[in-house]
Formats: sequence, C-alpha cells, structure tokens
Amino acid sequence: MLCQSCKKNEATTHVKRIVNGSIEEYDLCPECAKKLGYTDIFSSLQNEWNSLLGSFFGGGLPSRSGATRCKGCGSSFAEIAKKGMVGCPECYDTFYEELLPSIKKIHGNTRHNGKFPSSSGKQLAIINELEAMQEQLNEAIARQEFEKAAELRDRINELKGGKNNG
Amino acid sequence: MAEKWYEKSGEQGGEVISSRIRLARNLKKYPFPNKASLEQKHEIAQSVKRAIEESNSVLSNKLSFISMEKLNQTQAASLVEKHLISPEFASDRAGRYLMLSDDESISIMINEEDHIRIQVIDSGLSLDGAYDTANNIDTLLDEALGFAFNDKLGYLTQCPTNLGTGMRASLMLHLPALEKSRSVRRIAGNLTKLGMELRGTFGEGSDAKGALYQLSNRITLGLSEHTAIENLKNIASQLIAQERKSLEELAKDLELQDVVYRSLAILKSARLMSNDEAMKLLSNVRIGMTTGLIERSNFAALNRLNEQVQPATLMTANKKDMQPQERDIERAKLLREEFKDY
Repeated sequence: MLCQSCKKNEATTHVKRIVNGSIEEYDLCPECAKKLGYTDIFSSLQNEWNSLLGSFFGGGLPSRSGATRCKGCGSSFAEIAKKGMVGCPECYDTFYEELLPSIKKIHGNTRHNGKFPSSSGKQLAIINELEAMQEQLNEAIARQEFEKAAELRDRINELKGGKNNG
Repeated sequence: MAEKWYEKSGEQGGEVISSRIRLARNLKKYPFPNKASLEQKHEIAQSVKRAIEESNSVLSNKLSFISMEKLNQTQAASLVEKHLISPEFASDRAGRYLMLSDDESISIMINEEDHIRIQVIDSGLSLDGAYDTANNIDTLLDEALGFAFNDKLGYLTQCPTNLGTGMRASLMLHLPALEKSRSVRRIAGNLTKLGMELRGTFGEGSDAKGALYQLSNRITLGLSEHTAIENLKNIASQLIAQERKSLEELAKDLELQDVVYRSLAILKSARLMSNDEAMKLLSNVRIGMTTGLIERSNFAALNRLNEQVQPATLMTANKKDMQPQERDIERAKLLREEFKDY
C-alpha cells in the first residue's frame, strides 16, 4: 500500500487516532510518519524509559545483580527493572546500590528529610537534616554565598542546640 | 448526611477549588501489591480495617469499609470523577478496598499501587489542615501496622518515584485567564524544573476541561513535608496573583462580559447539556463570580456542580444507567434548577 500522505513510498506505519469521538486511520511511509510526528511517540517513550531504567544497568554494575534474589520476595533485579516496580520493602536493602542511581535521577536526592515514624526515633530525623544542611553549607561557601552560609550555620547551631537539650 | 467537602467553599475559593494530600504507605511484613497474592491483599485490607476500628478515635465512626469488587462500573467511575480514587484503582477491582468518610474528605485506598494510600481533600486553600489530618491517620495506622521505612530512603514504596515522604500535595486551581493567554503550557514547563507539575484536572494537558488544573509536587525524597507544602503554596500564590491580574484586565472587555452573561443565560434555560459544555459554562460563571460581574457569588455550588455534572456521578445520583441524551436532559434540568434565581 502506498503512503496516504506523499503517495510515493510504501506505507509501513499504521496510525490510529481519535478525533471528536470517531476513529481516523492512516497508512504512512516512515518519512511522512516522522514528519507528522508519529514515530516520535515510540522513540521518545523508549528513550524516557531507558533513561530511567538505563541507569539500573549502566555504570559498570557488578554482575552479581543478575544472580542475586531478594530474600523477602524472590525478585531479581532484572525483574524489578523490567516491571519498573520494586517487589517488597526488603528489595531496597538487597538492591540498594543498583537502585540508587535511578533514585538520584528521579528526586535529585538520595536522603530522606521529613517525617520519621515514632518507632525509628526522632533523633534520626535531626541527624539527616543536619547532614543535608551541612552539605548545603559547604556548597554555599564554595559558591561564596556568604549570607546564605551564615543563615545555614545559624540553623545548624540551633538544631544542634535543640538536640543537646532534647 | 454530612456536608461534603465539595459542597463548601474555602480560603481563596474563587481560584482554589480544593487542597489534597496523599500519603503512600506500605506494611513491613508484606510484599508490595505487584508481588502480593490475592489472599495477602485481603489480609492487608482486614488489618487496616481492624486498626481503624480498634483505634477508638473519631475515625472509626466516620469511615465506611467498601469492597471495590462489590461496586458496579458506574459507581466506581463516579468515585474517580469525584477524585476519591484513581482510574487505575477503579479499573481492576480485585483485592482492592476503600475506606471512605461520610463527608468524602478522607479516602484510604487499599492495595492500589501501594498497600495504603491515605488521601485527605478539603475545599479551598487548606493544605496544612489536610496534612494534619492525613498525618494523624498515618501515625495511628503506623502504630498498629508498622510501616516499611528506611533511615535513608524514608517510607518505602512500590515505585521509587514516591520514596521519602510518600506525599503528594496538590491544589485544584481555576486558571481561565492564564489558559486564554496560552501561558499555562509555558508555566507548566518551568514548574517541571522546580520539581512540580501543573496539568489538567479533567482530561490531559491543553485539553483541561473547565480551565481546572492540578498543581502538585513531584519530588518526595530530600524535601520535608513542610518544605514541599510551603513551596507549593508559594507557587500557587504567584499563580493566583497572575491569574487575578489578567482576569481583571479581561473583565473590562465587553467580549468577556458577554461570554459570562450568555453562559449564565444558557445554564438557566438549556434543555440539553453535554458534560463538556457544562464544564465550560460553569467555568465562565466562576469567572463572573470572581470578577464581580455576577453579584451573587456561590463558589460552593460551583464546586458541587463540577462533580454532579460528570456522567457516572449523574447516573449514580439517578440510580440508573442512562443513555448520553438522557444524561444531557437530566444535566440541563439540574443546572436550570440551580441557576433559576440568578
């Protein structure tokens, strides 16, 4: 079948779209499909997916990840990467190193800063916040943002004081 | 019957329809839903139910326990339209349960993407209040059930995108002027860089029906709940200020005035009304009330109507399946009744 757009090349892409509730269908050649933006749907999706999960496999990961299975649920890392879903809470311990790059990519952070359940102790929340602020302080000094640095230093001292009192 | 959150109007009620907090939590002892058996899912649901019942808190009387398997398609779809559950939760209902408060402000989805999704909605700009309620429910459930938590990664979730606080805070905003000036897409692009998201509430992207948009945080790891909420409020107040300024300008224009008054006139007299048209006209009337073109302002009624005109909610209220035209007749009738005194 010939491409319905240029009417020259062989059509290889079948496009279905819904316009005002009715379905329209086209057959297009690769060039016209690309021109009309149809191949991009898949390639960009693919890219996005790969960029998220690609870090799972990239960076010269130790080969043990192929054979290791989570003791909690039996998931292998390959299964998690394929599904894009973690198997159980214990997976985060088992595959911590492998998961960390994509976690960093998603959040730009790798350390929780927020509510701690009462069972884990509030002390830890303060420690995490302190560490995060210390990092910010170092960055501020490196960038010579002294006003911000002074502010951070005061807040760090405040938190340390609070911790000693508590 | 308790007054529903969407039958009220809150702070900044012209622009802010509602505030919502959602917390994703999982039980330590069970695999995440994608690896859990149906039997385990039933167990999880029963233990959540028991935890609420035995808490002796006001919650135990307020929440009803619903098996999603027992709802029909229309009832489930209506819950989606009211933003009480996700579309995904409605489509595959096996092993899934919902705990819902009678005022529909608290919903707890069990076995959605995570074991537990606590959601609190309130009218107007009230993220702090909604968070306090969600936080209390979280603490209460955690003490009874033991949530999966890691010192570094925070609350552990099935998808790494929710790690950390597991909190998604969002505001439903009415942004007709920003939409009209085509600024929404540009703003949405900039917000992505700030770790936030702005998208249509009903329908996607530029297809937003009734100029209703959802502003929410995307990043959950590394930012405390308090910071995430403050950031969101900060952005929201800038958006609202811009929206107001542009809308005031537009309101001086005879063309916009004409649109507002015509919309009201159609609502008062139409005999057939599609969902899309209703959303558009209600948005125009909201513009009229925000700018003072329509003197009698009742945002609470508009909030309620936004829900009531949705197809599945309309059918659930009428307790029967209806063909599209029957719905259009019923919808027009409902709106005529509502606006007859305007």
